[in-house]
Amino acid sequence: MSNPNQRHVLCALVQNVPGVLAHISGMLASRGFNIDSLAVGETEDPNLSRMTFVVVGDAHVLDQVGKQLEKIVTVVRVLDVSSRDFVERDLLLLKVQAPAGPVRSEIRELVDIFRGKIVDVGPEEIMVEISGRENKVQAFIERMRPYGITELCRTGRIAMVRSESRMPRIDQLAGKTASA
Amino acid sequence: MSTVKAAATEPQVMTGADILVKSLVDHGVEVLFAYPGGCSMPLHQALTRFGHSIRTILPRHEQGGGFAAQGYSRSTGKVGVVMATSGPGATNLVTAIADAKLDSVPMLCITGQVATGAIGSDAFQETPMVEICRGITKHHYLVTDIADLPRVMKEAFFIATSGRPGPVLVDLPKDIQLSTLEIDMDPSMNLPGYEPAPPTVPSETIRQIAAAIKSSHRPILYAGGGIVMGGASEELREFVRKSGIPVTTTIMGIGAIPPEDDHAMSWLGMHGAAYANYAVRDCDLLIALGVRFDDRVTGKVEAFAKDAKIIHVDIDSSELNKNKQAHIAVRGDVKQVLTELNKVVQKPEIAQWQDHCDKLKAKHPFRYDENFDGILQQHAIKTLSDMTADMDTYVTVGVGQHQMWAAQFFQFRRPRTWHSSSGLGTMGFGLPAAMGVQAAHPDALVIDIDGDGSFQMNIQELATCFCEELPVKVLLLNNQHLGMVVQWEDRFMDRNRAHTYLGPIRHDEASGKSNADRFTYAEDRYPDYVQIAKGYGCGAATVREKGDLEAALREMIDHKGPYLLDVQVPYQEHVLPMIPGNMTVDDMILE
Repeated sequence: MSNPNQRHVLCALVQNVPGVLAHISGMLASRGFNIDSLAVGETEDPNLSRMTFVVVGDAHVLDQVGKQLEKIVTVVRVLDVSSRDFVERDLLLLKVQAPAGPVRSEIRELVDIFRGKIVDVGPEEIMVEISGRENKVQAFIERMRPYGITELCRTGRIAMVRSESRMPRIDQLAGKTASA
Repeated sequence: MSTVKAAATEPQVMTGADILVKSLVDHGVEVLFAYPGGCSMPLHQALTRFGHSIRTILPRHEQGGGFAAQGYSRSTGKVGVVMATSGPGATNLVTAIADAKLDSVPMLCITGQVATGAIGSDAFQETPMVEICRGITKHHYLVTDIADLPRVMKEAFFIATSGRPGPVLVDLPKDIQLSTLEIDMDPSMNLPGYEPAPPTVPSETIRQIAAAIKSSHRPILYAGGGIVMGGASEELREFVRKSGIPVTTTIMGIGAIPPEDDHAMSWLGMHGAAYANYAVRDCDLLIALGVRFDDRVTGKVEAFAKDAKIIHVDIDSSELNKNKQAHIAVRGDVKQVLTELNKVVQKPEIAQWQDHCDKLKAKHPFRYDENFDGILQQHAIKTLSDMTADMDTYVTVGVGQHQMWAAQFFQFRRPRTWHSSSGLGTMGFGLPAAMGVQAAHPDALVIDIDGDGSFQMNIQELATCFCEELPVKVLLLNNQHLGMVVQWEDRFMDRNRAHTYLGPIRHDEASGKSNADRFTYAEDRYPDYVQIAKGYGCGAATVREKGDLEAALREMIDHKGPYLLDVQVPYQEHVLPMIPGNMTVDDMILE
């Protein structure tokens, strides 16, 4: 039996038409699939968008999510990214209480260690930008908690397969089976 | 590839409404069911301009139109077309759309929408139809640019009919219907992600299936709607002849194999043949073709065919391993697979197994009390089946006990002659579906075998049958109750009647426990269906005595126009056998 709480990263290339996000999120919700994050954006081809899903479930759930996604007419291709060698990133913006003085310096040091950036400074708080793998972002959030996080916002994960095994271009697609 | 019958036409200036209707004509639509309203009037005006090549039937409720389109489609394999106005007209289609989705019926639903400028303003008769229908259509379009319309129509027909068929919605705002454009009627489609046909099943897989069959001792075929929809009934019959493997079908697969076939094992599931369910329990190889392991078939899915190796062939890969893990899961067209198998299959050595199946069949036939001196539902259906055996007959049903009995006791020898809302289980399906079947087969005998609960849900369509000269016959098995729910009350809820009596609430039947025996009638009958039918202009009669049944059926069959035969039946008869929900074949109730 495979792990029921396994997290899988799926990427879907979809036609850039109105309603496609609503269609996909509605399908996932109505079939009771557990989605950890969902990120959408345009691709190099303006006719296509790319969605990145983090799906929680066992191999059977992953299989069904993939097949149900493929059935949606506007979904061009689905790829199980986490079965490949891939890069994933999550972008975080966070405001934390940081009054001028030693606390602010301490936070700056932590931001440096996490290779983040301070992108805005107010009298009582600063805004930090961090990107990276999910566990790094999560670790940074935990470090900030004691200082008092006032606002937090994340993009959700995006992912891309490394060059040697990247997704074929749209004009090279024969079918849209995930088990390529 | 072009889906348009006629050659590409020269660009010409047309209105959106004309483009849509011309597109229907170009795609070979001969009949549609359409109910007009504010936002679809331009479409109806256009329909009159194309009246010589397309027949528009006016249903009396949009849902009736939806099921009529389904009847048309289910009995022909062609796309059924229904049209309604925006708002309530459109939402009245929703049940028929969901129904078509679950039973994989190719249907095109055209809805009027408020003008593009008004969308989102909560305008009069505005509903977000596409939003409502995302999960219950195969695909859907809101057309906001007239230039897209010819492409959308072409894609809609293509998607509805290819792969696993299903309903497609085209929502067309009124301003788009009225605007004009110089237009190419045969543009190319833009469906980069759509796979219209499954890949060809490779010969290794065919050989693997043939090998599994060769080495099996107790194989059985479990054939479903995919065989009927996929036009593979002939191939199935040939396969059964060549292999000698017993075959049972789902409700959707009824008609794929004639009941007289030596190896036919009727249909399986909750109210299916006991012998079919036993055979599936006992088999060592289950060959599942065009089926989806529905809960009404499997009961407790872990226990279903639990000692068998399972081969599952379906056109929709998401059905494979969804409810039940298959040992050989094959995405493909059942027709292709059967055609290939027929070339290589060798008869397995299964004489003992065939004998076992024959014994099961002889021991557990569908039965009812033939000695009862009134008319039992099963008796009425069996008599009708015998009387119409040599005629070009089509049957539709509502949902409930009568539906199960029709499946059990009417003999269907050809595919596409039995029409049932099987996945969604929609009461009220029977009469409008029969209307659609009749529109497609004007000279055939089309009978809606219905219950009084289901019949009332779309009773207004009697007007359509009369006014549009669709001579549909209704065999109304009238027990004055919601019989299937009554049956569950009797079996599992201590006979407590909970809103399952259809007469006035002051009647004794409406309240309290019923201790009546199986052959009790509800007296003081309500409503008077004969008067209602006559009020609509249909022929009608009622019958209660067993001795009068044949003559009454003869009169119904011979009647020139639409006709209703109200058959008074008792209300405590139960559909048997029965495997209660989520139970196993060993929990089957036989009496």
